[in-house]
Amino acid sequence: MSRMQNVVIETVKTALGWVPAQWLPGGTPDPLIERRVALGRQDSRLDGPAKVTGLARFAAEVPMERLCYGALLHSTVTRGRIARLDTAAAEAAPGVVLVMTHRNMPRIGTLALIGVSDLSAVGNSSLPILQNDEVRYNGQVVAAVLAETQEQADHAASLIEIDYAVEAAKTRFDDAKAAARTPASILIERNHVLVGNAAQEVDRAAHRVDNLYRTPGHNHNAIELHAVTVAWQGETLLVHDATQMIAPSANALAKLFGLKKQQVRVLSPYVGGGFGGKGLWDHQVVAVAAAKLVGRPVRLMLSRESVYRMIGGRSPSEQRVAIGADADGRFNAIIHTGYSVMPPYGACPEQYTMCSRALYNAKSFEIVQHHVDLDIVPNTYMRAPGEAIGTFAIECAVDELAHQMGIDPIELRRRNEPERHPLSGTAFSQRALTTAYAEGAQHFGWERRLAEPGARRDGEWRIGMGCASGSFPYARMPGAHVRLTLRRDGTVNLSCSAQEMGMGTSTVQVQHAADRLGLPVEAISFDMGDSALPAGSMAGGSSQTVSLAAAIMAATEKLTGELLRLAGNDSPLAGLRARDVQLVDAGIGDVADTARHESYRSILTRAAREEVSVIAAGSPPLEMLKFAMHSSSAVFCELRVSEVTGEIRIDRLLGSFDCGTILNPKTAASQFKGGMIMGIGLALTEETLFDARNGRIMNATLADYHIPVHLDVPEIDVIWTGIPDPRSPLGARGIGEIGITGVAAAIANAVFNATGKRIRDLPITLDKLL
Amino acid sequence: MAIRINGAEIAVPDDARVSLLGLLREQLHLTGTKVGCNQGACGACTVLIDGERVLSCLTLAVQADERSVTTIEGLSGAGSHKLQDAFIEHDGLQCGYCTPGQICAADAMLREIAAGVPSYITADLAAPARLTREEVRERMSGNLCRCGAHNGIVDAILQVAAERTA
Amino acid sequence: MNPLSYHRALSTADALSRAGDGAARLLGGGTNLVDLMRKGVERPSALVDVTALPGTIEATAEGGLLIGAAARNSAVAAHPLVRSQYPMLARAILAGASAQIRNMATVGGNLMQRTRCLYFQDAAASRCNKRIPGSGCEAEGGFNRYHAIIGTSPSCIATHPSDMCVALAALDARIHVAGAAGMRTIPLVDFHLLPGDRPDIETLLAPGDIILAVEIPPSPVARNSAYRKVRDRASYAFALVSVAAGLSVREGSVEDVRIAFGGIAPKPWRAFRAEAALRGGPATREAFEAAVIEELAGATPPPEAAFKVELARRTLVAVLTELSGSDR
Repeated sequence: MSRMQNVVIETVKTALGWVPAQWLPGGTPDPLIERRVALGRQDSRLDGPAKVTGLARFAAEVPMERLCYGALLHSTVTRGRIARLDTAAAEAAPGVVLVMTHRNMPRIGTLALIGVSDLSAVGNSSLPILQNDEVRYNGQVVAAVLAETQEQADHAASLIEIDYAVEAAKTRFDDAKAAARTPASILIERNHVLVGNAAQEVDRAAHRVDNLYRTPGHNHNAIELHAVTVAWQGETLLVHDATQMIAPSANALAKLFGLKKQQVRVLSPYVGGGFGGKGLWDHQVVAVAAAKLVGRPVRLMLSRESVYRMIGGRSPSEQRVAIGADADGRFNAIIHTGYSVMPPYGACPEQYTMCSRALYNAKSFEIVQHHVDLDIVPNTYMRAPGEAIGTFAIECAVDELAHQMGIDPIELRRRNEPERHPLSGTAFSQRALTTAYAEGAQHFGWERRLAEPGARRDGEWRIGMGCASGSFPYARMPGAHVRLTLRRDGTVNLSCSAQEMGMGTSTVQVQHAADRLGLPVEAISFDMGDSALPAGSMAGGSSQTVSLAAAIMAATEKLTGELLRLAGNDSPLAGLRARDVQLVDAGIGDVADTARHESYRSILTRAAREEVSVIAAGSPPLEMLKFAMHSSSAVFCELRVSEVTGEIRIDRLLGSFDCGTILNPKTAASQFKGGMIMGIGLALTEETLFDARNGRIMNATLADYHIPVHLDVPEIDVIWTGIPDPRSPLGARGIGEIGITGVAAAIANAVFNATGKRIRDLPITLDKLL
Repeated sequence: MAIRINGAEIAVPDDARVSLLGLLREQLHLTGTKVGCNQGACGACTVLIDGERVLSCLTLAVQADERSVTTIEGLSGAGSHKLQDAFIEHDGLQCGYCTPGQICAADAMLREIAAGVPSYITADLAAPARLTREEVRERMSGNLCRCGAHNGIVDAILQVAAERTA
Repeated sequence: MNPLSYHRALSTADALSRAGDGAARLLGGGTNLVDLMRKGVERPSALVDVTALPGTIEATAEGGLLIGAAARNSAVAAHPLVRSQYPMLARAILAGASAQIRNMATVGGNLMQRTRCLYFQDAAASRCNKRIPGSGCEAEGGFNRYHAIIGTSPSCIATHPSDMCVALAALDARIHVAGAAGMRTIPLVDFHLLPGDRPDIETLLAPGDIILAVEIPPSPVARNSAYRKVRDRASYAFALVSVAAGLSVREGSVEDVRIAFGGIAPKPWRAFRAEAALRGGPATREAFEAAVIEELAGATPPPEAAFKVELARRTLVAVLTELSGSDR
């Protein structure tokens, strides 16, 4: 992001500051906040039957005639050039259809990096893909093989011989810090924030903490491997992909291969887990190019090792948090600064300081992030990018301060709870974190916690409790479109190129549309996962639900107008305007006079129409600029630490969430828990082992990168305030990423309470507690 | 030379490198069996061979010669399996990708517990194992889930187990 | 994976006739070998499936157990005699891998498991003396948290990954082997080799040898035994440190004791020195501490594995303390 963007965004924010709230979208609360029938119900996910029977078809499972299989070869050095390349043995191997290297890969441009300015820009790397002999990171794709079977392709790839002319590479985080960049912006926020003189305030504070926190690299590790099944059908391109970005990917591939948007169709009805990792990377481009060269459909499913080598994960970070407080515990300074990796060809700034801008009041602030440039696979967005590890730092620091001052950590947080956004002074759209803490503490039995570390025991186990806040900003994406088709029989079809990767996208939007249209859920169907449908936004930033909801709201308004026009003068609705009516009981009714009502069926029958179809886009998401909007949470943990081995067992975990209206308690609870479980991994076991000697990831397997297993996961309690956000569609805010935030800190704080040991570098493995 | 897969006799592939997983997915289009790692580290490819849960990724298809393989498609049979219904009811899935493996593993696991087979966490190895939440968690630990549906999965399994003993 | 042939051996003679081919590998459950073949670490051109050879589990005349090499790990762990007479063995097996893998893995295959060293597994890019003797060791100076603290050599610091073998080492198991020269028996504690300057040679097996069975002698001390595994996640992970131990105490003195460690050495590490120090002495925490300190006195851990000295000490003391309490 540029300095210019900072100026533009801040100018817009300033202008909006003068506009009364009710003039803005969301200014009048969504009436569905008060009128919920299907919404708020524990509906089971609609795609459950297809998934539990194995009939749901994922990207690598689409059958095709004349299919050939791809395998990739990765660089084994970090920087350098391909000095010798011998593909003869591979080409001669049984079943081989194509060996593609930079020599014969079609010449194409580079991908535009993911950005907020251009929503069709979805590249995770702007490096050339098989375009030249240059190697920029260890694991970069250097060749691809197509063969009649996967076994043949894999074997042939192992026969390619490459010698590299190795060049010096940047692989050491600590060494590269000296040359770190300090960008003007982090996403759409100004990077360097200075309010008052925080350094001085910390120095003269009655109480202060000032420490470094370190977090390692992580990988998303969706269980479904990245995969595409690609077919050129004449001049059109069909891509069955596992992607969180259907419409933008289609646009980007069209641009790259010189096609019109309509010539590319990306299908992705099911995605086997994404978490930010299932975007556009080199493999889709390689598969499309290879399929073009051989004139046959291609299936390319990455090996698990390939996923680690070429799909970037979460950046490592080194964060400094300093907090100064007066004798009453009121913060007079928050300093949150640090380093993370972001090579110039990458897209993700790992915005770990965002949480510290919104969580607490303080008299002064200093916030800034520095980007370290390493020669690595570009890191990317991973579930709660920034926030997941940023909350670890700030929320441990708050706990440390509370302990030092002898104050209960919840009370310390309460004393610093902001009434308005601490930096901008903007009003919060809705915020009840204090309530979430109070309810969470009560459910959890926080009063049983002993402030003195190491005071509770059970045999060889020391028991501790900890808590921490989570935070994630609200986002609604512009440009989400839906088609809404109302048929004479009273059924409705919604369609949009939206993504489903486990959030229950269709389930909750069907519930939404049912209430919006005054219909039972059985009358609604929802088609998605196809770029041929009206373009949805990507699934990211916990934004898809409200983005789609806003589009459905807009489509419903359009439909209402259309139906009133069709109803004409012979209808009981004659003379009513859109603002006078509501959609209820499978038809349109007068808000003021419930007797005036006509069913959809009646309107369409009289108008001799089989169906009415409208396409609409959601309103611009100006509420994001007008209000400070955040999901927030209070996370509580109770755990045991073995005095013998240092092993940690989490016994209880509770998340108390303040995320607006909860639309489907069943699927929402699953999302919250899922985030929290990923937080357990973040806290205790997960680490991408990057060997700085050679720039290579060494634990590129699920056996050596430890995500939590069933025995690591206790029964998790999830509660919520459920207070609607008056500024968002349906009163809802995002819930997909908030779950992971705060968890690592809650666990680290509980470990401290159990043992008296403060671990500031993740993961908290047992050797750190011996 | 044939493998019985969901009741059908299937010829053993010529290429000995073809895994049972590859045979199921690429040649038979039985894609309910998933590939998450292809190296025995995630459990997504779990199928039943002669009623026991195994990893189809590390099983060469030829090793299954003359044996009986049941996949998620075979487990469903004509109607749905009680575990499948329970997984939906308890939301023991999100993206759905590890789900068939979890269900196949759970199906076999319940038989293992019924047969009294102990686990690492069973306190008394000499006595028949009892079904508890923690036992289910240990015994299902070979099936990774990244969406974090663990609680729902265990709830679903416990419900089915309770119904069977009721 | 290379193109390869597959043959299912139906008799020992059949297997022996094919196993002599240097390019052949014996295939058990495939849980380790197939993975290593996909990684390019193992490149056999022929597989001889030995899972159809005997895999029965039966009591021996003298009161021990004879386990056919093709027995599945899960079958051994579930066997009533194993559970009652050798609980450390049942629990060690149950600590390994996952239920699915234990259903597949054979006892013979488990003995032949290869190390999880990340550099050994990375055939594409990392140097490893175990894969290519003389090529170098990247674990030295690299990620070596899972590596050995004792019994290592300058050429290799990798650990043996098996849980089952740790218990078998403590139980004085013997391995029945058939080879070109006929049958022979090898004590398990001698079966695996320390790396020396040939870390590629991991066992006493000669090319063409076949493991037929594992025999466990009767062991009264094993009835009061335990296996404790310490790892990075609660289940489905390799050991950082594991302990197999059996203890019998009479009037406060150690009557008999068996101890082996996993996760700390290139082979299942039988703690003979600790056993000798304990036998006949007091069954006290102090004695346990002294014994383990003596056992690990020669430890030379790589930097990331330094904690294992302390972890092994604590884990063994805890296990013995618990066993001394339960042996009445």
